[in-house]
Amino acid sequence: MKEELYELLLRLADDHLILGHRVSEWCGHAPTLEEDLALPNIALDLIGQARSLYTYAGEVEGKGRDEDQLAYLRLERDYRNLLLVERPNGDFAHTILRQLYFSVFMQAWWREAVKSTDETLAAIAAKAVKETVYHVRHAAEWTIRLGDGTAESARRMADAVEALDRYTGEMFASDAVTDALAEAGIAPDPASLKAEWDRVIAEVFAEAMLEMPDAQTYQQTGGRQGKHGEEMGFLLADLQYMQRAYPGMTW
Amino acid sequence: MTNTTPLWEVFIRPRNGLAHRHCGSLHAADAEMALQAARDVYTRRGEGTSIWVVPSAEITASDPKDKDALFEPTADKIYRHPTFYDIPDEVGHM
Repeated sequence: MKEELYELLLRLADDHLILGHRVSEWCGHAPTLEEDLALPNIALDLIGQARSLYTYAGEVEGKGRDEDQLAYLRLERDYRNLLLVERPNGDFAHTILRQLYFSVFMQAWWREAVKSTDETLAAIAAKAVKETVYHVRHAAEWTIRLGDGTAESARRMADAVEALDRYTGEMFASDAVTDALAEAGIAPDPASLKAEWDRVIAEVFAEAMLEMPDAQTYQQTGGRQGKHGEEMGFLLADLQYMQRAYPGMTW
Repeated sequence: MTNTTPLWEVFIRPRNGLAHRHCGSLHAADAEMALQAARDVYTRRGEGTSIWVVPSAEITASDPKDKDALFEPTADKIYRHPTFYDIPDEVGHM
């Protein structure tokens, strides 16, 4: 079970680190001062969650790797994050929708994980769930304002739905790792969270006057196996630069 | 910008028992968004336990030109200050 738990923690940690990095790219570039503080707030929550998960992953792995080594010193194919979280920021609508999709998923995930038979994971979940509730609120309120806003904001929101829908299926994919952990009561089966995710997204979309995407859309996967999009390399170059240039550097 | 996101005044209560204090302003589309923005802009370092937001346009302010008429007349009424009697020690801090 140790191997499965390590794999799961790495997946989750990578999701949070990569999305945290993406959201942090808005720092100094957000459309308003208010959002220039709100988005980095969210990025810092995500990176904080990633740190707890990496630290615990390193302990479970038992090879003496710490959070920095796991976050900064792996190669692209070793990253296990969802394709959704590595998608470029695009415009504000893309960023908000990406956050909504992921945070609604994680809100359901953390709420189940609070009951985990693994005490450390349950403790990480208890802290993360409060932060995630706010992320959902922030993203949902913006989705509603933009979707039901001006002609331009509605068009941009609809474009974001069109662009990102194909990356949502990967969140709910089960495999041997998630099956074993669900069986042991350590982590929720992602497939079991789909109905709740669908319900929340449908509610937000209805209020936002957004059309629900076609349920038959082809779903792109591969992130969990380390197969990433071409933008991932550029992201990692940015993210890992300091540790690559000055190995072992601390501050 | 200001058409879709008017100005709001933000009041934060730092602790239970204290009053909400004005701490700044921000732009937001509506009350709900103003609350969220106030949380993100003004409570980053644990400053608050409660937030009020008020549309700036709803605040009626005194005119600085009326300053003399409004506030000068109290200057010679020092008997309104509680400085003409002794407070017994047992009362403690007031």
